[in-house]
Amino acid sequence: MDLVTFLIQLLNGLQYGLLLFLVASGLTLIFGIMGIINLAHGSFYMIGAYLAFSLSTLTGNLFTAILLGIVLSAVLGIILEWLLISRLYHRDHLEQVLLTYGLILIFEALRSILVGDDVHSIAIPAILNHSIPLTDTLSYPVYRIFISMVCLILAGLMYGVIQRTRLGMMIRAGASNREMVQSLGINIQLVYRLVFAMGFTLAAFAGMLAAPISSVYPGMGDQVLIICFVVVVIGGIGSVWGALVAALLIGLVDTFSKVFFPELAGITVYLLMAMVLLWRPEGLFRMT
Amino acid sequence: MSDTLLEARELHAYYGASHILHGVNFRVERGETIGLLGRNGMGKTTLIRSMLGLVSQRDGEVLVRGSLMTRAAPHLIARQGIAYVPEGRGIFPNLSVRENLVMAARAGVDGHYHWTYERILATFPRLAERLDNGGWQLSGGEQQMLTIGRALLTNPDLLLLDEATEGLAPLIRREIWKIIQHIQATGITTVIVDKNHSAILDISDRIVVLNKGQVAFEANSADARNQPGLLHRYLGV
Ligand SMILES: Nc1ncnc2c1ncn2[C@@H]1O[C@H](COP(=O)(O)OP(=O)(O)OP(=O)(O)O)[C@@H](O)[C@H]1O
Ligand SMILES: [Mg+2]
Repeated sequence: MDLVTFLIQLLNGLQYGLLLFLVASGLTLIFGIMGIINLAHGSFYMIGAYLAFSLSTLTGNLFTAILLGIVLSAVLGIILEWLLISRLYHRDHLEQVLLTYGLILIFEALRSILVGDDVHSIAIPAILNHSIPLTDTLSYPVYRIFISMVCLILAGLMYGVIQRTRLGMMIRAGASNREMVQSLGINIQLVYRLVFAMGFTLAAFAGMLAAPISSVYPGMGDQVLIICFVVVVIGGIGSVWGALVAALLIGLVDTFSKVFFPELAGITVYLLMAMVLLWRPEGLFRMT
Repeated sequence: MSDTLLEARELHAYYGASHILHGVNFRVERGETIGLLGRNGMGKTTLIRSMLGLVSQRDGEVLVRGSLMTRAAPHLIARQGIAYVPEGRGIFPNLSVRENLVMAARAGVDGHYHWTYERILATFPRLAERLDNGGWQLSGGEQQMLTIGRALLTNPDLLLLDEATEGLAPLIRREIWKIIQHIQATGITTVIVDKNHSAILDISDRIVVLNKGQVAFEANSADARNQPGLLHRYLGV
């Protein structure tokens, strides 16, 4: 493989990994801090992609669609936590899995009723629909670079919120001693609601960003959900930085294995997970 | 406004099938220091946690500043100016010392900021030296100071201290008792649970003795000091 092809694959791997991070960061926080196994997290990604499709058809502009979609996702996340998820905190994992699996079915059925079962594509907005020429024949799409940049900015923002703000301190404190947080006069329920809504919105936003390159299709959340659980397990449950490292690792391994060992491409990330777990059963990092 | 800060009326508490508190009446008036005594497992911690809304299975009533708050969420009770230093401490080990303090700071019920971050550091110089350490790196005594400092930063009117000196070396114990006296002198109402009965008798205005989830005995501390036989009967000391 020549250098330029390598560079292209590297950028692709990073872009895929960063996108995975957006979805997995919420999943790991909801699991690690709130103690909820959320199987519906992949559906949030799917909802985001369909919001991008429907709203951009409606408004004629992907950016407007994404802005509206973010607001809608945040509201949906808050309602979902208030209506259903808040009832799961004191229940065991089986009940959480049952309810959130039920949500997957409900969201897929709603999608089918509202938008139908066809595959849709979304056009890349004109200002980002260019390629940067690398050689006479090879070039790299600007939109993928745009995705990576946006994800990096969001990762930085998350770092800031979690490490530097009082809300972030409350989130981390809640992970270690929920009762004590309450006894300090902090409404932990509200903190959890925000974390959940943030996780929902990040996953949906990832779906919106990915929609123009992956297209929009039924069941698109399932694949993402499974890979994101792999990310969470490798990175260490509850660790956002672990999720970042693991997501990038998986993005690169998946992308390069498709190039070098196409016959193994479907299983390399699971092999990676098995290896990491043998070496560090707790995952790479400790709770945020 | 009522001068009763916290009150339990006929309070019952349960953990699953076990009935722990059997109709406890307990009142904390503004300005007093109460020693809550009782042998191991008699329900002192359960009483405190029930009043703070941390035990879900209860009967009876809890009043905070005269208003009924039996079913209120724990954070709403805390926001009425009640701070809790739990048994076994309760620092956040994954937060730094600074973060443990900063995350809790807020104004008191009437908007006052008697306890500021700076004042806490002046009161607990050991903490000031370890601000960037993780909570998990502190010694037992430092953890206890952090828990007390953090509670004070919520600018409470009432401080509930459950076994604040337990498991500490004698020298550190003395330091903690001095801090408690200092807090008391600033006019904060306190409820203290401790195994050191003579220290409690010295420092408190009133004692309440729990036995098998019931109030067995109540007295002014001065009277109790003069009748050592009484305490002996209820506490076996
Ligand atoms: N979470 C719990 N689940 C079940 N039983 C409990 C629980 N916590 C306490 N108990 C029981 O409730 C009773 C009262 O316990 P509590 O901790 O209130 O006593 P205490 O007076 O604070 O004792 P100590 O001096 O040991 O701290 C004990 O018999 C104890 O075993
Ligand atoms: Mg106790």
